[in-house]
Amino acid sequence: MSADATPSIARHSLADRVLRRGPLEAVATTIIAAGVVMLMQPFSLTLYSWSFATTLFGTVMFTFVSKVRE
Amino acid sequence: MIPVPGSVHAMNELSASSRITYRAVRVRPGVARRIRGLSDKTLAWLFITPTIVLLLAINIFPLLWTIYLSFTNYRANRANVPTIWLGADWYQSILTDPDIWAAMQVTAHFVIWTVVIETVLGFGLAYLIDKKFRGHGLWTTIILLPMMLSPAVVGNFWTFLYQPQIGLFNYVVAFFTGRAASSFQMLGDVTLSPWAIVIVDAWMWTPYVMLICLAGLRSIPDYIYEAAEVDRASKWRQFWSITLPMALPFIMLAVLFRAIENFKMFDMVNLLTGGGPGSTTEVASITLKRAAFESWRTGYSSAFAIILFVTVFGLANIYVKALNKVKSR
Repeated sequence: MSADATPSIARHSLADRVLRRGPLEAVATTIIAAGVVMLMQPFSLTLYSWSFATTLFGTVMFTFVSKVRE
Repeated sequence: MIPVPGSVHAMNELSASSRITYRAVRVRPGVARRIRGLSDKTLAWLFITPTIVLLLAINIFPLLWTIYLSFTNYRANRANVPTIWLGADWYQSILTDPDIWAAMQVTAHFVIWTVVIETVLGFGLAYLIDKKFRGHGLWTTIILLPMMLSPAVVGNFWTFLYQPQIGLFNYVVAFFTGRAASSFQMLGDVTLSPWAIVIVDAWMWTPYVMLICLAGLRSIPDYIYEAAEVDRASKWRQFWSITLPMALPFIMLAVLFRAIENFKMFDMVNLLTGGGPGSTTEVASITLKRAAFESWRTGYSSAFAIILFVTVFGLANIYVKALNKVKSR
């Protein structure tokens, strides 16, 4: 019985650890910041070309994860 | 005799003003009854509907319309020409255009330097003002004056200050460097003009950063410093271990706010240089204005506006997160 219970507890805690607002918001914030840096950097046109997609992805992600439980 | 409400005798005895009050009192129960018939939810909707309609009309609809236009070849000066759906062509064009990329780099130069200068000077001023020396209130007011001015006014009078022949700025620089005042042009020189707009923005908005930093410094409780004194911590150690870490969320707030504002800076730069000389001070918003109202490429400029909007929206999300962090303190 305890053998059945252990994996479910482990799965639960892993989901708890990952699917929380704080870490997800931090990831989204990092992506947005990376997108803004890519937009304004003077080194690579390719990075500039992908900046909008990156910022948009980060912004949409932030909008969704801000609704996730704390 | 006390008038009995509703009787003719009583009404005659009442003055005109009293009768109006009396009628109002009589009417009120009916209205109240009618309002009482509405549920709380309906009442709430009744109150917020005008705001929602206004928001939809002046914010949401233009945004959705701009998104639609960004996928078409629409030109505002040829409104009768049938519009063609272009898909993401404008986005692809903008995001592979070296000229737009150059404009973004000009914007980056402006944003980074203004934010750095404003933060360093703003925090420094806030640190000094926080010491509460004699007349610090007067000095705070004087320091705050530039941010109370309109950007249009600031742009105009700095244009005069930067005049090579009569401008005060050139004479001050000449006094300290020994160069002739008319030997350089702040607004006409390719190297100096990007710095000219940075100086004006820093002059105008450093007080704002100072205010936010001052709020941060004043929020630090005295007992922490007293405990540090007991532990014989030096002033230098107190600054790095208490003042700076505790004021950091406020500094972050100021940095983000100024970065967002300067990313979309238009009025002051347009008045000072108009994007020139050449395109050395052509920040993103000026490129956008030129595409929209000089070349009349409405679809193209809508796509560019959406790109800038998403960037500002993303930064605003980070700003709100920082704001919540400050609030939770």
